[in-house]
Amino acid sequence: MVTLEHYLILSGFMFVTGVVGVLTRRNAIVVFMSIELMLNSANLTFVAYSSFLGNVIGQLFVFFVMAVAAAEAAVGLAILIAIYRNKATLNIDEINILKW
Amino acid sequence: MTEFGKILAFMILAIVFVIVGIFTAYLIRPHRPTDEKLLTYECGENAQGSPWVRFNFRFYIVALIFLIFDVEIVLLVPWVLIYQEYGILGFLTGFIFIFLLVAGMIYEWRKGDLEWDRPESEKFMANTFKLPKLTLPAKKIKEEVTN
Amino acid sequence: MNLTSTDYLNILPLLLVGAGILISLTVEMYSKKSVGFLSWFSFLLHLLVAYYSLYTVNNVSSVFGGMMGTGGTVNIFYFIFNFGAAIVALLSMDYIKKAEIYFGEYYILLQSAVLGMMLMASATDLVMVFIGLELMSICFYVLAGFQRKNVRSNEASLKYFLLGSFTTGFIVYGMALIYGASGSLNIQSIFSMLSAESTPILFYVGTLLFIIGFCFKIAAFPFHMWVPDVYQGAPTSVTAMMSTIGKAAAFSALLLIMLPLIGSKNPQTFTPLFTVLSAASMIFGSIVALAQTDIKRMLAYSSIAHAGYMLIGLAAANDTGASGIVFYLAAYAFMNLGAFGIVSLIEGNGDTEGTIESYAGLSDRNPLLAGLLALFMFTLSGLPPFAGFFGKYYVFIASLEAGNVWIAVLGALSSAISAYFYLRIIVVMYFRKSDVASDNIITESHTSLLGIVISAILVIMMGLTPGSIVRLINSF
Repeated sequence: MVTLEHYLILSGFMFVTGVVGVLTRRNAIVVFMSIELMLNSANLTFVAYSSFLGNVIGQLFVFFVMAVAAAEAAVGLAILIAIYRNKATLNIDEINILKW
Repeated sequence: MTEFGKILAFMILAIVFVIVGIFTAYLIRPHRPTDEKLLTYECGENAQGSPWVRFNFRFYIVALIFLIFDVEIVLLVPWVLIYQEYGILGFLTGFIFIFLLVAGMIYEWRKGDLEWDRPESEKFMANTFKLPKLTLPAKKIKEEVTN
Repeated sequence: MNLTSTDYLNILPLLLVGAGILISLTVEMYSKKSVGFLSWFSFLLHLLVAYYSLYTVNNVSSVFGGMMGTGGTVNIFYFIFNFGAAIVALLSMDYIKKAEIYFGEYYILLQSAVLGMMLMASATDLVMVFIGLELMSICFYVLAGFQRKNVRSNEASLKYFLLGSFTTGFIVYGMALIYGASGSLNIQSIFSMLSAESTPILFYVGTLLFIIGFCFKIAAFPFHMWVPDVYQGAPTSVTAMMSTIGKAAAFSALLLIMLPLIGSKNPQTFTPLFTVLSAASMIFGSIVALAQTDIKRMLAYSSIAHAGYMLIGLAAANDTGASGIVFYLAAYAFMNLGAFGIVSLIEGNGDTEGTIESYAGLSDRNPLLAGLLALFMFTLSGLPPFAGFFGKYYVFIASLEAGNVWIAVLGALSSAISAYFYLRIIVVMYFRKSDVASDNIITESHTSLLGIVISAILVIMMGLTPGSIVRLINSF
């Protein structure tokens, strides 16, 4: 039997994987993918709770998170392209004109 | 045996079948390698350059536009399910959203992001206050063929 | 729950800004020479909305089945955002020519960001908080990187984007846990849980993640690393907007948590957290700002310190604290807008850095600008006659009322430290001759000057009549 705890543990694991990915990876695209993983772990939590509470608001929120994540992805990739055209690198250690 | 059990049995059977087939073929086939035979098979031609070519930047813009419009449609699903409960105002509220999406699309159209070959800036600005013709790639190919 | 046309009437300020965005978009599509029109259009639009929201400030209501609230503090926030945005539009008119970002999209993004902030301030539901926050943040990511060819601007944009969406992850996960613990996304019903007998630990974890996320947005201490880089790299007019009304918007969302707390059984639930954050931000911001040589970086660190002072009000968790924060935000918004306006006039073209040394002898070259900058520095440091002093005064009073004396003492101490680096600029302007033959020419811009003078007038006015403004805020 799959219980709420299973979903929460999975989403917690996904969230932590995302955080660790953001903090340790050096390629901006991989960092961005880790951020998407964090958002999706939140989505999973929402859907799991929504199903177990018998309450659709959580599923509705997931729609908004997905739409916003798509908009964020579009803007983020555009920013990455702009920086790649000027610097020809996406390694965030090399993007360091401003003091970090 | 449950339904999943049957699927498991089928999967085991499939794996065994493949392994047995390959193993028997290995036992009975002749083994005479030559240089020609060991070459990677690439459609009969030797590979020219790296397969990691850069895609045209235009694909990226089209992908982005697709991504955004595709996902925004998700927001229409809950509205479609319940708008009747809110009467005419609920119906119009959904149309506001669709109108905003259309406004965004007209913006992209005007900015030339739906054109496959981006118009020259002069040509682009020459007919201000007129929507440029939307030329789809398929139509253009047909024109080229008839020419 | 029913949709009625009064719902739409009640959110008229939001609809006006939304319609403004659509009109700007259409104008921008069809005319290449629209930028001049758009700048004045957005100035007038935001001015109109600011006036309208003050005009309807008494119209307190809840719309769309408890998704949003209007009137009262919400409308005061509307006023701050829109008046600030009108000033930013004035400051931008000539600056975006100099910065080579003379595009109509600049103003469309500016208006969209303001719409996001207004959504955030009026939200009474976590869905609206999220939508508003993202609308604002996405516009800011683009605006920060608006100088596409400039590597600094790119870099600022990338950092802001990566850290900003990282934060969004925290906020959304926090919201998910809050939802799981309370079964609702409506803020009033969520925080009624705090008065209940037992609150699940999950709820506190969720709220903690939520607060951490917003501390990123308001630039409080352990989550401040993006601030100096982004403020320095982004176009100055954008920095002016992010640091003032952007911060006010993030605070408006934090107030959403705090206002239900005030009425609850245990209002001091998050006081230890906010106290530590505020103490760390004040001390860190003030001390690191001492060492800065670039004026935009200095203002960035000072903005971290100011976030600390405002958090004192949140830590106090009483009505005085809430109205104190709103007053402080308004005061900070206008004084910082003025300061950044002057920085945008003085900063050179291209890669010339806005070092503090380049302000040497400004009093000879342009006495008016020097005087105004001195005024803004005085009020930022919190010296008595101006708005900045009363902002600090009200949050300190709130924390004394809450019995939290040492944080007020720490705040006063940190103000004393920060006076040094603010007054240093005045010393450089008035008492040091410029050794470089004034190579960075001060841009002549009547519109920017108008914006700066308006901010100066507001700062002086808020310093003269702080009581009436606080009474207005308190009456809701």
